[in-house]
Amino acid sequence: MNTRRSQGFERGAEGTPLREPREEHLSADAAGGLYWQPAAETLPTAQLGELQMERLQATLRNAYDNIPFYRKKLDDAGVAPEAVSCHGDVADLPFTTKIDLRDHYPFGMFARPRDQIVRVHASSGTTGNPTTVGYTRADIDTWGDLIARTLAAGGVKPGDLLQNAYGYGLFTGGLGLHFGAERLGCTVVPISGGNTERQLKIMRDFGATALACTPSYAMYLGDAARDRGLRPDDLPIRVGFHGAEPWTNELRLQIEAALGIEALDIYGLSEMGGPGVAFECLCKAGMHINEDHYMAEVIDPETLRPLPEGEVGELVFTTLSREAQPLIRYRTRDLCSITSEPCACGRTSARMSKPIGRSDDMLIIRGVNVFPSQIEEVLMSIPEIEPHYQIVVDRKGYLDIIEVWVEVGEDIFAETMGDLERFQRGVQAQIYNVLNIQVAVKLKEPKAIRRSEGKAVRVVDKRKAL
Amino acid sequence: MKVTQLTVFLENRSGRLAEVADLLGREGINIRGFSTTEAAEYGIVRLIVAEPERARQILHDGGFTTHFSHVICVKVPDQPGGLAEVLDQLAEAGVSIDYLYSISFWNICFAVKDVDRAVELLKDRVTLLSDEEVRAL
Repeated sequence: MNTRRSQGFERGAEGTPLREPREEHLSADAAGGLYWQPAAETLPTAQLGELQMERLQATLRNAYDNIPFYRKKLDDAGVAPEAVSCHGDVADLPFTTKIDLRDHYPFGMFARPRDQIVRVHASSGTTGNPTTVGYTRADIDTWGDLIARTLAAGGVKPGDLLQNAYGYGLFTGGLGLHFGAERLGCTVVPISGGNTERQLKIMRDFGATALACTPSYAMYLGDAARDRGLRPDDLPIRVGFHGAEPWTNELRLQIEAALGIEALDIYGLSEMGGPGVAFECLCKAGMHINEDHYMAEVIDPETLRPLPEGEVGELVFTTLSREAQPLIRYRTRDLCSITSEPCACGRTSARMSKPIGRSDDMLIIRGVNVFPSQIEEVLMSIPEIEPHYQIVVDRKGYLDIIEVWVEVGEDIFAETMGDLERFQRGVQAQIYNVLNIQVAVKLKEPKAIRRSEGKAVRVVDKRKAL
Repeated sequence: MKVTQLTVFLENRSGRLAEVADLLGREGINIRGFSTTEAAEYGIVRLIVAEPERARQILHDGGFTTHFSHVICVKVPDQPGGLAEVLDQLAEAGVSIDYLYSISFWNICFAVKDVDRAVELLKDRVTLLSDEEVRAL
């Protein structure tokens, strides 16, 4: 299979090697999938470590020279970019948090002038301020390669037809998978999320061989297909790429049975550029971290000290190749463990476990990240609403639903059902505007929401692990 | 000649309406007329009571959200066309009615999911009316 031209060794703006040469060929890995960039994906670990340090220094230099926030942070920490010369030094570097990103909204964390940014994505933020993600042309290319690695690891090759049911728009999932699949040479159907009837029709009529969507939606599609009498054999689809929300191996087996596919987990977060940070090979034994582009650590979220390999803690990433938005020790808040045990597929990268939880209160609702504080901000901006509310997360079938319970005080209560319904719809619309998520506002009698001593119980998550 | 109406917000939980009636009954407040909206997740009970201010305080203390408003009460001739006569005058003037209920109640009418079971529960304790009896009222 010779599908790619070699582009030679590309260099970043400062003459620092930020990107690797493109590979000549897709080639088979040892697990039934394909390498997109065989040399990079099987780089011996010693060399990978050297490459990481080289790129880390370039990243620190980029951040220091071009982002006042990082210049100050590194100066305050007394760390010069060049002084970081081994992996042990990384622990001396300061952390970056989502709050830092929000504080520098919209473009304050970009290391390039706006006219060199070819795309901006964003994740929902608090009222008014989302978290922005910027990409240079080279960043988009790299991202495409990382997604191409992800898809190739599942056996996707040029000529495959990918039905991309991730949401398109500011969310990184839709366009991320889209560009990566095009880069790999697939036919992409940008169907985006929702409209199950149309999804199934197109899947069948177009002959989709690969699917990308959240795991819960994959299961929903699988059930819908079964309800319509479609057997797995009726759909040519072979492999699915499912991320953006936590899921279990039990759900994997169900999706695989319902759709007749290999269901693979993918991991990413918008702050790191989106999907393409880590992916499963067909061994399905943890997600390979693209360590040549992201340096991963697991820390104790309390002490902030790095944890020994294999222990569960908070995942922290430093970008190694991003031009537009280098991030140093970004705290993902996802809890997982990492192993560097060799994988049977032949990739040399370390693997992360599925995230088993969060070190903050973030909820993931149908693949969308929601902080209870975001809902609270909306509610508190509505003067009639009492300071008692509750967020109830549950699941109908495989899809998450979120209810916001609000007590009806005398300021809200009016004479007719119409007034109450208008109020309900108004609050729902305001939450949708900020969070881009449909909630059901439930009106409750005074004192119906349980008061608690100390920290109020704001969130009741009734979902069982999928 | 406006009449004060007391409106109460109720979640649709079994026993909540009875609680409103209980609270008022215990405090000696006579309910002269009432209506409820159809049960959904929540509903509204509208009451015409003997002492609206006191009734409101009692319900408020009992943890209910209430609201006062003004309504119009009309004596309707008890004969065919009696109601039409009142409504026609408003309709001609282009006044539309938000809601309407009867308050001269010694007989009430309500719906439950399991009618037979409710009849079974009530039959020895209250006077139930038959189809014929209602027609003859």
